[in-house]
Amino acid sequence: MSPSSASLTHLARLEAESIEIFREVAASFERPVMMYSIGKDSSVLLHLARKAFYPSRIPFPLLHIDTTWKFGEMIAFRDKMAEDFGFELRVHTNPDGVANNVNPFDHGSSRYTDIMKTQALRQALGAGKYDAAIGGARRDEEKSRAKERIFSHRNANHAWDPKNQRPELWRVYNTRLAPGESMRVFPLSNWTELDIWTYIYSEQIPIVPLYFAKPRPVVERSGTMIMVDDERFRLEDGETPREEIVRFRTLGCYPLTGAIPSNAATLPEIIMEMQASRTSEREGRLIDSDQAGSMEKKKQEGYF
Amino acid sequence: MSTLSTASIPSPDTDIDVWLSQQTDKSLLRFLTCGSVDDGKSTLIGRLLYDSQLILDDQLASLKNDSRNRHVGDEGIDFSLLVDGLVAEREQGITIDVAYRFFSTDKRKFIVADTPGHEQYTRNMATGASNADLALLLVDARKGLLTQTRRHSFILSLIGVKHVVLVINKIDLVDYSEEVFAQIEADYLEFAKDLGFKSFAAVPVSALRGDNIVEPSTRTPWFKGQPLLPYLENIIVDEDKSQALFRFPVQWVNRPNLDFRGFSGTVASGVARVGDEILVAASKKPAKIASIVTMDGDLEQAVAGQAVTLVLDREIDVSRGDVLTHSGQTPDFSNQFQAEIVWMADEPAYPGRSYLLKLGTQMVPATITDLKHKTNVNTLEKSAAKRLDLNEVGTITIATDKPIAFDPYKDNGTTGGFILIDRIHNLTLGAGTVTYGLQRAKNLSYQSFDVNREARSRLNGHEAQIIWFTGLSGSGKSTVANLIEKRLVAEGKHAYILDGDNVRHGLNKDLGFTEAARVENIRRVAEVARLMADAGLIVLVSFISPFRNERRLAREIAGDIKFLEAYVDTPIEVCEARDPKGLYAKARRGEITNFTGIDSPFEAPERADLVLHGATATPEDMAEELYRRLGL
Repeated sequence: MSPSSASLTHLARLEAESIEIFREVAASFERPVMMYSIGKDSSVLLHLARKAFYPSRIPFPLLHIDTTWKFGEMIAFRDKMAEDFGFELRVHTNPDGVANNVNPFDHGSSRYTDIMKTQALRQALGAGKYDAAIGGARRDEEKSRAKERIFSHRNANHAWDPKNQRPELWRVYNTRLAPGESMRVFPLSNWTELDIWTYIYSEQIPIVPLYFAKPRPVVERSGTMIMVDDERFRLEDGETPREEIVRFRTLGCYPLTGAIPSNAATLPEIIMEMQASRTSEREGRLIDSDQAGSMEKKKQEGYF
Repeated sequence: MSTLSTASIPSPDTDIDVWLSQQTDKSLLRFLTCGSVDDGKSTLIGRLLYDSQLILDDQLASLKNDSRNRHVGDEGIDFSLLVDGLVAEREQGITIDVAYRFFSTDKRKFIVADTPGHEQYTRNMATGASNADLALLLVDARKGLLTQTRRHSFILSLIGVKHVVLVINKIDLVDYSEEVFAQIEADYLEFAKDLGFKSFAAVPVSALRGDNIVEPSTRTPWFKGQPLLPYLENIIVDEDKSQALFRFPVQWVNRPNLDFRGFSGTVASGVARVGDEILVAASKKPAKIASIVTMDGDLEQAVAGQAVTLVLDREIDVSRGDVLTHSGQTPDFSNQFQAEIVWMADEPAYPGRSYLLKLGTQMVPATITDLKHKTNVNTLEKSAAKRLDLNEVGTITIATDKPIAFDPYKDNGTTGGFILIDRIHNLTLGAGTVTYGLQRAKNLSYQSFDVNREARSRLNGHEAQIIWFTGLSGSGKSTVANLIEKRLVAEGKHAYILDGDNVRHGLNKDLGFTEAARVENIRRVAEVARLMADAGLIVLVSFISPFRNERRLAREIAGDIKFLEAYVDTPIEVCEARDPKGLYAKARRGEITNFTGIDSPFEAPERADLVLHGATATPEDMAEELYRRLGL
């Protein structure tokens, strides 16, 4: 067989590009960390990190920001992955939020998200003195992400300045930082949602079972099906959860994550369903729909 | 719809495994869109997304809502709204940064870099072009070729984009005229004949109305070429990089335990096979490839584009930044080359300044040694220049502090493209492409003599060193230097003052007071100081030297010579009140310009070796404090 780089498929190219980014982080920063949110993108990120450093173990810790309201199955999956693949897992929860019992029911989604996610993240990044934080964001997710660099500079307050980004040429990444500054790094920048799913399929990457349809207890809130994952869920008077065959397209805090009715119980079925469906991915997440440009605003404040 | 299956939606009776393997086996095309501001780039990309059915229902609903009161096509949609991302951009109605878009058909996945049209965003266009294989160059059929068309073509050629599609848009507004189309195409071919593009096509389209995007338009029966999307699906752009010489920049040394030592990186070009004889480009140390390791199992060979870990058959010194090659095919390894550079920062580029240069995985301090000329990006005319401003393109020579491995950019984009980084603020300042290595660097080595600095120091009875004074005019630099020199000479030591004013009467009398001239002024003085110290002297340099970069450069030129930066920190009010030479008064009256502290900045040292407080200490006290630091 005559070898040819032209024969590399787009997934092979995306994989190689991501691996190169991981290695550049390991070689260029003193205290990198990888954000691990347990979702499908994190699963792909973890898989690529293992490939990048094989046979070495992943040479940096994985950080999970635990809001305390994640699905139970997510936490179980997280701990199993850490055990199976032998990476260092660090978990951080905002202690002030816990002390004040901040929750999505009493405080509203945007305040809750700010305290338990954005602020918790800043606390953890500050305490860990991480100079590079790897995340699983993709440019196809949202308009403001479409302009973000792969190596995205953050000032000492973890803020992003979209109008003043460093030009990013070829694959020559400027990894230089002043004291206190940090870098957010996005190895999946050029992947699309379909790429993620087809890669999970072809590489047989483990994902949280919540992505697959099965009967689950749900209630309906403002037109969205919410799964009652544990006894902390506040049912309204006379409300009882009903069993529906549902699955999740995106995973987060269970009281804020909408389920979709679906019978897709295998990867091919999920991909088929996704391709046939006509709703964009982040629609299921409540935080983006507050106001135009809301994601851009959150990112300037330090959200991933 | 069309026979072209644009949307990646499997029908219910599709064999899912067949469909999935089709998805995973697609090829990839990365292209950029460029052209003038109003040529309709965003509309075209929006149209491509729409026609490949990538607009989802919720996006479509909000889009129709947003499209009211705007310029819409038959579908009632302003397609440009799909792609103009940042809030600031939507407010201003222009694209100010590179945005990446994704769509795919059953044959190909596309990554689109949407780049801005304005001249001030040349840098964004160069950024978009650096990762693109093909460019869609938009022209408004009513306007024909514009300055921007020429500028963008030049930048494409500079960055090495080899495939160009001239999209003659708004063809509906010239009544689908074949003559207009043919004239623009002919004009462009004449203009672009020397730009080195490998493939070219012109397509008449209306992005707004969808003509010749997916299917041949019935309104342009005279057009015999392929519509845009089928053309993009079918064009072969991959230069087979595996046919080029083998280059493997080592990214990371993979060392999980004492029994395994591998070198991780991406094959930049060529093919590596188990058993191949390789060389380290810098040390020329040979070895054989023992294995090619990946998590999916060992490979027999790795081709350009693959990220792998190479294990060698013997222990040789290899670290990040090394380039592995086949023997007899090594890249240039030297410290000087000529390059083209696109300047991307507000702060101008000056010859003599020191930067960090990153090329592949190598990062070294480097200096622009010469600015040969700059090229007007609109007319392609070359002219002499003393500096390069934001968005300007110039031909430069570069000297790196230590030799690096590189190839001409036209031969290898990975080992021939580099960025320059500011050493203080860490900004990416410029994008460069190596034209060729300068041979003289390889042959010119430093002559070493038997009588060296140590020998002279012994003879003189003291160590040679450089004391570099910095501070405003009138701060007291020369007064302190004078006191020190008198004391040293009285003690029988060999000292000499290099004074700003005096040197400008002789060695530097050809230099003015622009920023560029000041950079050169300091560079020359730093070199003279080094020579004098090498001759065994204690050199007292008394120059305002207002810029951090130049003081850093002076320290680097000094090399291993002891170098002490003394900042005479006297507030400007005090200096101006003293005004020993009457210069502040003149500057205030506007009789002299570029005067430090008045209309030219002074960048105070952040880490001076010694800070003397000229407002509160007497010159004698300052001289005493400094003398004690000299360690003589």
